[in-house]
Amino acid sequence: MARIVQGGRNIARDLLKNKVLYLMLLPVIVYFAVFHYAVMPGAYVAFVDYKLNKGIFGSDFIGLKNFEFLVQTGELWNITKNTLLYNLVFLALGNIIQIVFAIMLSEIAGKWFKKISQSVILLPNFISMVIVGVFAYNLFNFNSGFINTIMSGAGLDRYEFYSDPGIWKYIIVAFKIWAGTGYGMIVYLAAITGINHDLYEAAYMDGATTWQRIRYMTLPILKPTFILLLLFGMGGILKGSFDLFYNLIGTNSVLYPQTDIIDTYVFRSLVGQFNFSMGAAVGFYQSLFGLLLVLVVNFIVRKVEPDSALF
Amino acid sequence: MASTSTKIKQDSGSIFIKLISYICITIFALFCLFPFALMISSSFMNEQEIVREGYKLIPNEFSFKAYEVLLGSSTKLLDAYQVTIFITVVGTVLGLFMMSMAGFVLNRKDFKYRNFFSFLIYFTTLFSGGLIPTYILMVKHLHLKDSLFAMILPAVVGAWSIFLMRNFMKAIPDSLYESATIDGAGDFHIYWRIFMPLAVPSLATIGLFSALGFWNEWYNGMLYMDTPAKYPLQYFLQRMVAQTNMGSLINSGAVINTADLPTQSIKMATAVMATGPIILLYPFVQRYFVTGLTIGAVKG
Repeated sequence: MARIVQGGRNIARDLLKNKVLYLMLLPVIVYFAVFHYAVMPGAYVAFVDYKLNKGIFGSDFIGLKNFEFLVQTGELWNITKNTLLYNLVFLALGNIIQIVFAIMLSEIAGKWFKKISQSVILLPNFISMVIVGVFAYNLFNFNSGFINTIMSGAGLDRYEFYSDPGIWKYIIVAFKIWAGTGYGMIVYLAAITGINHDLYEAAYMDGATTWQRIRYMTLPILKPTFILLLLFGMGGILKGSFDLFYNLIGTNSVLYPQTDIIDTYVFRSLVGQFNFSMGAAVGFYQSLFGLLLVLVVNFIVRKVEPDSALF
Repeated sequence: MASTSTKIKQDSGSIFIKLISYICITIFALFCLFPFALMISSSFMNEQEIVREGYKLIPNEFSFKAYEVLLGSSTKLLDAYQVTIFITVVGTVLGLFMMSMAGFVLNRKDFKYRNFFSFLIYFTTLFSGGLIPTYILMVKHLHLKDSLFAMILPAVVGAWSIFLMRNFMKAIPDSLYESATIDGAGDFHIYWRIFMPLAVPSLATIGLFSALGFWNEWYNGMLYMDTPAKYPLQYFLQRMVAQTNMGSLINSGAVINTADLPTQSIKMATAVMATGPIILLYPFVQRYFVTGLTIGAVKG
């Protein structure tokens, strides 16, 4: 008790002494207090039967009923499975392609070619996912899409992409890789450029071929970066890519079985169905599970590579 | 590596790897460019041709009709431009000011509770209240529904950007502000007159990330904006493509028959207009972006 009182007195004294510093920090503190910390108690909405006029804390408490319903209908399982599988594929395939491209780019001698191709591959990073959605429309739309234009030009039947859930798995993954390769490629390229030049030179003197050099030097050196990015990616494996999914799929419910993820489900329960409690239950489950995953992943990282752990 | 490999006589394997690299990278780069090229050429297509034959890479004839309609003030595109420019400028300037001050304070070794406040900021990247509580807060308690600030405030500050800012400032020696303090300068004075000029490269990097984020903003626009004249550019584009409510995107007073709209080419023209400024800035922006990425990559 005495220590707490003393602690309070210490803060008060520090506040007076450094009042300008505190004032400078204040806007950011207010931001986090309002937009992050004030929101957290609101997660309670997942445990009530939310009524707009009664507010979060005025609505009736129903415990885990919302969660029970989600489990019973099987929806929770389906969106969790989709989210996990998509993110695993994004992570694994994405990283492998990024590494391959980084190595290929580092092997290329032509300076201009290198510079231009690097810029071009990075370009998709700069546009919004809304534009990616436009690209998809431009390519796959039934009446005027480019692919159907080509197909009917070749005498084939038009293909209704927007009513075939199966094919969107591949389209979504393809667009994700398309958009993310440039970014990851540069991260890996930075790691390759950081490798000591003398090492390569020595390998040449010993008569190593390019392939041997890639196989026995570059890849092992990239391995820790790869594992780290993979591990950190695991922490966010229940989150993300709402932008991509919503802009490609939108409100096309035919495609949901294969393309619905947690974020799109929560969004729909808010905007389409006004089912605040159900959506909040899923969101809470996602946040909690995400936090646990980060803690576990960080624990593993600390075991494997103590220097790279987050905390 | 490139220079060493040319010095030494190359084995056939290395020539093969180089060749494969050139081919793969060229193909992937073409894939990256293709959708842009298709979008641009589609935007210049004649409406009848699109309806008859579909979007093409090389149209039979070029038409500027879609751009005429878009820019002829008969749609709300110009409003959307204004909204996006407003949120980008205000959001970036406000965010940079807030984040640089926070970075400055959190880097000060004489600031006793810097670790405590750093953790408060960091924790928000681990756990969040979720979309629905956020929505309730924004609409019911902050009354930000249909306010442009609903698109600015939630995105004005980023936890990682603050830490990036703090790490950039580590490079500036402590002795600099020690001597400034001795000369009688206050904390804010030191921040504004000494730190800010030295921090220009980091301000540019983070400012670019932040500006890009605001330029591409559509999500909060979709959640909170009710008035079509307040839609940001990207959300305007999305509505245009989804064609849920084309009428609301057209000025009511304009003398235009909705049936006459080149609906197919106008979608692509809007997309071109929403991408345009970024493509023009790209060569300039890219350099900073790569630097920022590389610095970010050091810690993972």
